[in-house]
Amino acid sequence: MSEVSVQQANDRETMLIHTPFHSRSSALNKLNSWENWKGFMVAHEYDDYELEYFAIRSQTGVMDLTPMTKYRITGPDAEAYLNRLVTRDVTKIKVGRVGYTVWCNSDGQVMDDGTIFHLAEDEYRLCSYTHCIDWLMWSAEGFDVEIVDETKQVAALAVQGPTSCSCLMAMGLEGIENLKPFGLTTFPFEGGELMVSRTGFTGDLGYELWVEPALAEALWDQLFAAGKQYLIRPFGLYALDMARKEAGFIQAAVDFVPAEDQVRVGRTRSPFEIGLGWLVDFNKPFFNGRKALLKEKENGSRYRFVMLDIEGNKPANNSFILNKKGKVIGTVTSAGWCPSAKANVAFGQVDAKYGEIGEELITEIYYERELHWTKVLAKSVVVKGPMYDPPRRRATPPAPF
Amino acid sequence: MTKSYDVVMVGGGHNGLICATYLAKAGRRVLVLEANEQLGGGAATREFHPGFSVSACAQWMYSLNPTIAKDLNLASHGLQYAAKNLHSIALAKDAKHVTITGEGGVEGVSAQDKAAYREFRRKMGKFSKLLDKLFTVRPPKVIENNWTDRINLLKIGLGVKLLGKADMYELLRLGLINMFDVMEETFDDELLKSLISFDGVLGAHMGPRSPGTVYGYLYRHMGDVYGFNGPALVKGGMGSVGVALANAATAAGVEIRSAARVKSIDLTAERASGVTLENGESISATLVVSNADPKTTFNNLVGRRNLETNTVRRVKNFRTKASAAKLHLALDGLPEFTGLSAGQVGNRLVIAPDMHHIERAFNCAKYGEFSTAPVLDISIATVHDKGLAPEGKHVLSAIVQFAPGQLKAGWTEATKNAFKELAINTIADYAPGIKELIIASELLTPADLEGEYNMTDGHWHHGDISLDQVVMMRPFPGSEQYGTPVDGLYLCGAGAHPGGNVMGLAGKNAANEIIKRGGSA
Repeated sequence: MSEVSVQQANDRETMLIHTPFHSRSSALNKLNSWENWKGFMVAHEYDDYELEYFAIRSQTGVMDLTPMTKYRITGPDAEAYLNRLVTRDVTKIKVGRVGYTVWCNSDGQVMDDGTIFHLAEDEYRLCSYTHCIDWLMWSAEGFDVEIVDETKQVAALAVQGPTSCSCLMAMGLEGIENLKPFGLTTFPFEGGELMVSRTGFTGDLGYELWVEPALAEALWDQLFAAGKQYLIRPFGLYALDMARKEAGFIQAAVDFVPAEDQVRVGRTRSPFEIGLGWLVDFNKPFFNGRKALLKEKENGSRYRFVMLDIEGNKPANNSFILNKKGKVIGTVTSAGWCPSAKANVAFGQVDAKYGEIGEELITEIYYERELHWTKVLAKSVVVKGPMYDPPRRRATPPAPF
Repeated sequence: MTKSYDVVMVGGGHNGLICATYLAKAGRRVLVLEANEQLGGGAATREFHPGFSVSACAQWMYSLNPTIAKDLNLASHGLQYAAKNLHSIALAKDAKHVTITGEGGVEGVSAQDKAAYREFRRKMGKFSKLLDKLFTVRPPKVIENNWTDRINLLKIGLGVKLLGKADMYELLRLGLINMFDVMEETFDDELLKSLISFDGVLGAHMGPRSPGTVYGYLYRHMGDVYGFNGPALVKGGMGSVGVALANAATAAGVEIRSAARVKSIDLTAERASGVTLENGESISATLVVSNADPKTTFNNLVGRRNLETNTVRRVKNFRTKASAAKLHLALDGLPEFTGLSAGQVGNRLVIAPDMHHIERAFNCAKYGEFSTAPVLDISIATVHDKGLAPEGKHVLSAIVQFAPGQLKAGWTEATKNAFKELAINTIADYAPGIKELIIASELLTPADLEGEYNMTDGHWHHGDISLDQVVMMRPFPGSEQYGTPVDGLYLCGAGAHPGGNVMGLAGKNAANEIIKRGGSA
């Protein structure tokens, strides 16, 4: 075996796919800290995750969103097709609008959550966590639709934070200030087209930018040039995770097991059980999972999603949730300190009998300081959440900077 | 005013009529809607040339369940046999034919093969009896705890045990293998092997070497338990079965409308609530029972948009490929077959020289072509039933395999004629003068049978009878015990357990299940 130097190892081609922004993101990734996001290489942390987080909340943060699984669904039956696929009423998502939704299998168990972009008449984009082309194709039997995985054909950036609108205006995106939450619009860009949606996973004012890969570097450069005065900086997945917990967003494969990924029976959840019952619309035509979900609505769910406001500052990762008598009633799926809300949040799954808003529960937290383990039984109140929900998230036009 | 029924039956095939009659006898108000003028589905008689009629789809009766015949009093409603317990004769060019007789023996082979055949029939007879236990009840679910299903499973399990050690092992071994291997290890005579193995692949998209064909053979021989020793001919053709069943149904209070094609099964809050006819008329009912095949029922009548993705996939994957065509000849006189007396010509005549020949004929169908050397199952019903043709004239009906429904080259006048000529020439090899006797001829490809009898792909059994598509897996998991993923919708046709042939058990069992589940099941 020959010796391999650190330099050689670092120069070695990675197994992971580089996104079209890689030349730019790698230049800024001082920690050379990467994560595997569905086969793509994306930054975990550029230089300091806390500063990256605070860019999202006080300036503008930029994240490479390219690995998000993206499907283009077109054809005369596109709307009817999506309406059978997902639980919410797709006919209510008008052209130029985006809708968050979940989709279920025939047992009414959540396969994934994602967003539907209504790009034009008979033309949609479905963004998801899972790679689900097989399910999408199987579901297309009997519908006149074409489904294309365009994950690699579309480069995307999340531009999030209070000064994000100002950045985009400075970049020359005229009228962007009038784009309402969950709206989408397009701009001519470098001979191509730039699509901008007012969407995000941070719970802050923010946008997502979508272009063809050839224009990705130009987009990054122009955005960062325009944003310099607004203290723009890139952020990685670590900072995103902090922001999304504070904003009350659940994460597929963390807060629920996508139904197709389940190995052990009974580990999946229905939309009602992960706090997404509001996405289920029984007043629309037939959809996958409908029968099972109706039955669940009548007979009750097994679990309940809770958001807990936990006393103290010890993160409640992987904790058991107890009732006041000390009986284990559930577990925490995501937890962390919310710097802006100054709150200690946890998402959990509890027995459906428990978890009414306002109910006081106990979280059994173990934490370590220099190999010294301590247990606390922290008072935890079920809250409606989210912990952080600034009015600027919804303001149109957003405040200028 | 729109009338309302307890049950509306989609399709007046034999299973639909049987199911409807049992339901009416149990006090249900039943309406049967049949798309065609004639009732009986695949049991049909058709005048294909002025004065000449044939059983246009099924041509033999060999497994009608006797309990049904008795319960429905079919004899008094007009069901008569022109001939029963006919021989099956495998034709040889050198006239050394092999005959399986109506008495259960075999002629034209060595003493050793005769003995082997007796033993083979003894064994198969035991297995058929065991299958009968399974066929006359709803298919038991394996996973759910239900006492009826458990008891049925226990009975079957006990039946397997009671076969005795040697036969039990044989059943477990033979059940999964193919006719070719079983024939090779049992008999010496090539023609005998071919004749028997043909029974395992009739109507199926399989050759003798296809796995599960032993089950196909057992299925075909259920009649041996039901009082048939070989094929029988229904007087007036198989259409008389439809007539007798319709009479029985009407007598039991069933309302029947023919030439009333159902366009859709209507749903109210996802529950089947009635049907809409092609003429726009809507008929409401507490339950809808479909005698149509599963693909027609789910894809065309319920609509894939009203079904779960999983269900749509199951329906799509239900194998319905058919490759049996029908040949009909109007003949100026009785054809002479080399080495057969005029009396013998009325038996079931089989052209399948050896098992390799059948397998090669099937090979063509595998690749979307028709067999260049087809195998045939021939019936000249006019020997026993003069009424089917003018005085002194005859009709010949033959099942010709293999002709895939979806022919690669497409079924055109030219390809149809080419296959018809091939089939006629094949018969002429054994009946040299037959071509001079032909007054008229027609070939019905599976595509024609599909159009004529409203069966997806023209499949007799609405879907292959093979081990992955039987019992609790028929038509597919999630639609078993005659229920479907759609509340208020049941299946009672050949696509449900136990399957097709003019047997009637799917219809009877479905009725039993609906009655058992009560009012709005």
